[in-house]
Amino acid sequence: MAIRKLYGTLGSPDTIRALASIFEHELDFEFIPIDLNAGEHKTESFLSLSPFGLVPVYQDDGLTLFESRAIMRFITHYYLKPGTELVYEVPKLQGIAATWIDVEDHQFSPPAEKLRQELVDKAKKGLPMDKEVVAEAEAKLIKVLDVYEERLTHSKYLGGDRFTSADLTHLPYLYHLMGTPVKQLFEERPNVSTWCKDILSRPCWSRVVEMVEKDKV
Amino acid sequence: MAAIKVHGNPLSTASMRVLATVYEKEIDHEFVFVDMRAGEHKKEHFLSLNPFGQLPALEDGDLKLFESRAINKYIACEYADKGTQLIYQDSKMMAITSVWMEVEAQQYDPVASKLGWELAIKPLLGMSTDTAVVEENEAKLAKVLDVYESRLAQSKHLGGDCFTLADLHHLPTLHYLFGTQVKKLFDSRPHVSVWVADITARPAWLKVLALQSQQ
Repeated sequence: MAIRKLYGTLGSPDTIRALASIFEHELDFEFIPIDLNAGEHKTESFLSLSPFGLVPVYQDDGLTLFESRAIMRFITHYYLKPGTELVYEVPKLQGIAATWIDVEDHQFSPPAEKLRQELVDKAKKGLPMDKEVVAEAEAKLIKVLDVYEERLTHSKYLGGDRFTSADLTHLPYLYHLMGTPVKQLFEERPNVSTWCKDILSRPCWSRVVEMVEKDKV
Repeated sequence: MAAIKVHGNPLSTASMRVLATVYEKEIDHEFVFVDMRAGEHKKEHFLSLNPFGQLPALEDGDLKLFESRAINKYIACEYADKGTQLIYQDSKMMAITSVWMEVEAQQYDPVASKLGWELAIKPLLGMSTDTAVVEENEAKLAKVLDVYESRLAQSKHLGGDCFTLADLHHLPTLHYLFGTQVKKLFDSRPHVSVWVADITARPAWLKVLALQSQQ
């Protein structure tokens, strides 16, 4: 029996965030799919693991965690890979990385999620997108990417000189948005474009994509 | 001269969140007032501290940080040996605290902030409250607090036995909500009620309120 389990939904950016952390640290685990359409996240047994009915849930050696960013933080601190840590040990350096993890959460994700719903979700369901919502979200995303462009002038990665959770945490929405016309907003900013290509070409990330794409078939 | 500068405004919940931490850790600091009414947070000097133009920002020597929860985690780690312990050193205990810190940020704060805006801030600005928004968000907050009630039946504080950032991060919005009709949602849940009374009585928090009332 696997000591590590991830309960989740492969279409969900939060589940993908947890998967990215797990694959980056090369951890063995069992994936247990949760069918949101069938209301599986509202059953008593699931709520006993995740009281808000949220995916993903991560179990590891007696711990049960929910909230993908908490899962990411636990994995990156607990399974430090010497030489390729996704965190900094020095508080002053980790402070900077932690700031950019929260930037993804509060600045990047909100417009990215709106665009994902309008351009990816609705397309899947054959529903028309709301052009006004898309325009508003794109305008917000542009402002965020302008800040990123400036930041990446001074720093190879968002959190500092190496790939950390501050970059990893962006992968789920990058994955969804790069398959839409919004891709252009990333490509037309040279530093952002280089950074995207770099992090999206990580071997561990390809394994996540493989797993997600297989599920679509 | 204090090494730490907190750039903020005592009326901003995010600024209060950082001030609470600075007081809990008993760190020498300078509070640099940012005049939001004059749009100071959108001007070049402040944007060099936080390119998103939002309060607060922290300077610690050469280090510049923004995002209140990230600032607080940094202070809790860097000044681990001073004042109140606000995080756990043990990875597994910290993981649980981390879950409830995310719950505050993702489940509680969006709803609490909307209610605070409608019921506490808008009236001060002479704007009218949107009752539909209030009703919708009171229902959401009730569901969040039901989960808190269960959690606090098993654990004295949200992150575990001890007071941590998982509790502290709630203080600023709690403060605004307690001056409104939303208070009843907290009072009617016994464990939540005890927890609120406990964390709002902390001396460090009372210092933040004293600073606010001076403005």
